[in-house]
Amino acid sequence: MQTWTTAAYLIAALLFVVSLAGLSRHETSRSGVVFGIAGMTIALVATAIVAFGSASGLGIALLLVALVIGAAIGLWRARVVEMTGMPELIALMHSFVGLAAVLVGWNGYLEVEGGAESGAGEQLTGSLLGIHHAEVAIGVFIGAVTFTGSIIAYLKLSAKIKSAPLMLPGKNVLNLGALVVFAAFTVWFVITPALWILAVLTVLALLLGLHLVASIGGGDMPVVVSMLNSYSGWAAAASGFLLGNDLLIITGALVGSSGAYLSYIMCKAMNRSFVSVIAGGFGATSSTAAAVEGEHREVNAAGVAELLADARSVVITPGYGMAVAQAQYPVAELTRKLRDAGVEVRFGVHPVAGRLPGHMNVLLAEAQVPYDIVLEMDEINDDLAGTDVVLVIGANDTVNPSAAEDPGSPIAGMPVLKVWEAKDVIVFKRSMATGYAGVQNPLFFRENTQMLFGDAKERVQDILTELAALVRTG
Amino acid sequence: MRDTTEDAESPPAPGPEPMRIAVVAESTKSETRVALTPETVRKVADLGYHVTVQSGAGELAGFADSAYAEAGADVAEGPVWDADVVVMINAPQAEEIANLREGSALVAMLAPRFEAERVTALAGQGVTALSMDAVPRISRAQSMDVLSSMANIAGYRAVIEAAHAFGRFFTGQVTAAGKVPPAKVLVAGAGVAGLAAIAAANSLGAVVRATDPRAEVADQVRSLGGEYLAVEVEQEASTDGYAKATSEDYDRRAAEIYSEQAADVDIIITTALIPGRPAPKLITAADVASMRPGSVLVDMAAAQGGNVEGSVAGEVVTTDHGVTIIGYTDLPARLPAQASQLYGTNVLNLLKLMTPGKDGRLTLDLEDTVVRGLTVAHGGEVLWPPPAVSVSAAPAAAQAAAAPVEKKPEKVRSPLAKALPPIIGALALFLVTAFAPAELAGHLTVFVLAIVIGFYVIGNVHHALHTPLMSVTNAISGIIVVGAILQIGTGGGGLVLGLAAAATLLAAINIVGGFAVTRRMLSMFSRSPGRS
Repeated sequence: MQTWTTAAYLIAALLFVVSLAGLSRHETSRSGVVFGIAGMTIALVATAIVAFGSASGLGIALLLVALVIGAAIGLWRARVVEMTGMPELIALMHSFVGLAAVLVGWNGYLEVEGGAESGAGEQLTGSLLGIHHAEVAIGVFIGAVTFTGSIIAYLKLSAKIKSAPLMLPGKNVLNLGALVVFAAFTVWFVITPALWILAVLTVLALLLGLHLVASIGGGDMPVVVSMLNSYSGWAAAASGFLLGNDLLIITGALVGSSGAYLSYIMCKAMNRSFVSVIAGGFGATSSTAAAVEGEHREVNAAGVAELLADARSVVITPGYGMAVAQAQYPVAELTRKLRDAGVEVRFGVHPVAGRLPGHMNVLLAEAQVPYDIVLEMDEINDDLAGTDVVLVIGANDTVNPSAAEDPGSPIAGMPVLKVWEAKDVIVFKRSMATGYAGVQNPLFFRENTQMLFGDAKERVQDILTELAALVRTG
Repeated sequence: MRDTTEDAESPPAPGPEPMRIAVVAESTKSETRVALTPETVRKVADLGYHVTVQSGAGELAGFADSAYAEAGADVAEGPVWDADVVVMINAPQAEEIANLREGSALVAMLAPRFEAERVTALAGQGVTALSMDAVPRISRAQSMDVLSSMANIAGYRAVIEAAHAFGRFFTGQVTAAGKVPPAKVLVAGAGVAGLAAIAAANSLGAVVRATDPRAEVADQVRSLGGEYLAVEVEQEASTDGYAKATSEDYDRRAAEIYSEQAADVDIIITTALIPGRPAPKLITAADVASMRPGSVLVDMAAAQGGNVEGSVAGEVVTTDHGVTIIGYTDLPARLPAQASQLYGTNVLNLLKLMTPGKDGRLTLDLEDTVVRGLTVAHGGEVLWPPPAVSVSAAPAAAQAAAAPVEKKPEKVRSPLAKALPPIIGALALFLVTAFAPAELAGHLTVFVLAIVIGFYVIGNVHHALHTPLMSVTNAISGIIVVGAILQIGTGGGGLVLGLAAAATLLAAINIVGGFAVTRRMLSMFSRSPGRS
């Protein structure tokens, strides 16, 4: 490889770092994306020039067609995707990276070990060849795990399969066993690089990815998605080692470590260890949690409108239910109305609300809610005690008092939004069913809680109507 | 009285008629409180119960019979011992126990730790005895914890009693007539009573210091304006919310602190109690003798043997050189209206817990840790002591895998154990790189540095931007397209070409889709108009 391509790759890698750094703040986030695009363009152009120098006409044609089709599909998906569907899209994209890594790995095998390219096998000798075998095996393995894991995550997030954790007997033994077998086969493959061993490895990794994500419950999805994000990065890095390409290694490592860090933040937000998330099965275990008993009080839209009209401060805590009901637009409308009337309205977002880190923020932004009134749990928790009305829209586990008060609860110790400290709490809910974690919520039975049943979107619209009527008459 | 021990889940059978709750006037000497106030009576009636109050029961606390009648209670001339539930503050006298009806329930402070005979007598009478002072110390039960609510009142009153006996200002003043130094108050034990005393003394203007074996209360002491005097000795963390008996080293050092402080301060308030044992002697006769004449000690543990040598339960003692030792055991009863209100609310909360149907039918669910903890007798059997309840949120072993991992404060890892994993990691990395061919070593260097950069770059990403960040990293990880393109470039067979083209297509979707969707998302984020 010539020096100038290395130089181009260096600039591209730097641009990627600057791009990620830019995304840490609202003010610089847009320029961050521009840097990312610039880096990608430089990398692509430099690579294309190298490839065109040696590729056959057919190769160039294939390359251009693949790029154009891929770009078209990507643009189309990006245009039409609903913001509520972001988790699915992102999971699907992780699977693409995984699959691409598997393909690149197999190609690496076919080119070198398979001798598809005449004479290539002799270029690498001794330990270098052995390392190449190992790199093929590892790259294919990570890629395949990412691929099937992301597919399962996609299916769970889009509700095409049930999100409840799959509970095979001895699932941890299965996972560990698969890793041990993988290690053994890699060693074998390094010694005798036979095609069938690579095939077995690939199938094993595909199954592992399948099982790994299938056994994790829906409530842990934010962690799973960021974990798969991390895996897709490691897959790219592994391909980089395979091809001896520093740009791939750098980019893969950046993405890999950023995904790992995000997973860590999510785990901390749920007060769970990473291992226990991977071990899965959340929400299915029996527990000694105190039985929740009592009766709930119902309220209608008119009652809520009256409460809101008299309130001085309102906090809205959204959850995945708001996304499902597409209620973010009427909620934003309600926010505007109340703010115009001089009511202080803020949003309290739990770190794991939704199915993706930061999911709620994106939805609220889509509905034109100013981002400076959308606060994190830590920023708003102390203010909740002085709040007049809290609207809990489609959230459940993230506002569950038993996390703070009942040591026997399966979600004990998870930091939650302390909405019950507010003067009045209105919970928007379809029915009295439990949340993703399958834990009953004593909040619903508190004296200062009132339930507003039905579709969140319709109910919020009802409140808007009632509020308008109140303003006219009052 | 229904017993749902066998099947706590079954819905309550419709009861024929609501139960009758009787508030009995206290027969204990110097008791001024009443178990339910008119306000709490009204709320108990809301739970479906029928309440009867003995005439004159609330008189000493300032609640007239008419107030109870207004709140919906019947006022009866004598004590109504044959009610379904009898509510009192102090345990009934031995002869009164005989009046209780078999199968009825008694709610009172029964002190089962000290009065085993009384518990046996109640069991023998076939009474379900609910001891308000045996509520387990868990968060859920706080609203029923009379020990806390009474201790709060007692702590405040202790300061008032001390101020009364002290005969000087608490606050420091500079007046035209000269300077008055502030009083110095030492509070031994920063439990509920201690903290209440610290707050009261501080608000009167005194300089307040406090001691407690549990180092974790230091912040609470400071938050109330007190100074925490630490005893620098290793201590185990408390698991039941009460201070434990202390080690010998600790006791020696603590004794030194008390001796130093006794010579310095004007007022000492002691609150140290250990469950099931006599109160620890904290202040010796020598310490008392070292105090200035006119100094005051309030021994809030006098009933359990006293923290101060020379204190007499229920009495005020003045030493030869003019130090007053107050040993009142009825401090809460000296603020009867509020003490009754708080006690009544505790009882109300218990009744709420035990009346799930709000139908005026008391339900005994012995599976509930709170109910189990305070039920000392039921069905002729003594149920004291209850199985242990741990306050710290350690999950049961069976669910350890799924439950959050609890930090164990007792287990302190040595510096070596902490440093070991990084050392092993560094060593492994060193070996791998050292024995790798030069080319691989270079790649490894780049790889490791890039990981570190990734962590630092992502470390301060705003929570709201996590989703855009993820879609950008998605686009960036499409960089794998470079690998695919290079493989197309190297020629190779048709299979290689096909696979590489497929990989290129997938990666291109990622790159273009990822960047496009990120731009779309970011364009939605907007600030409130008119704010900077």
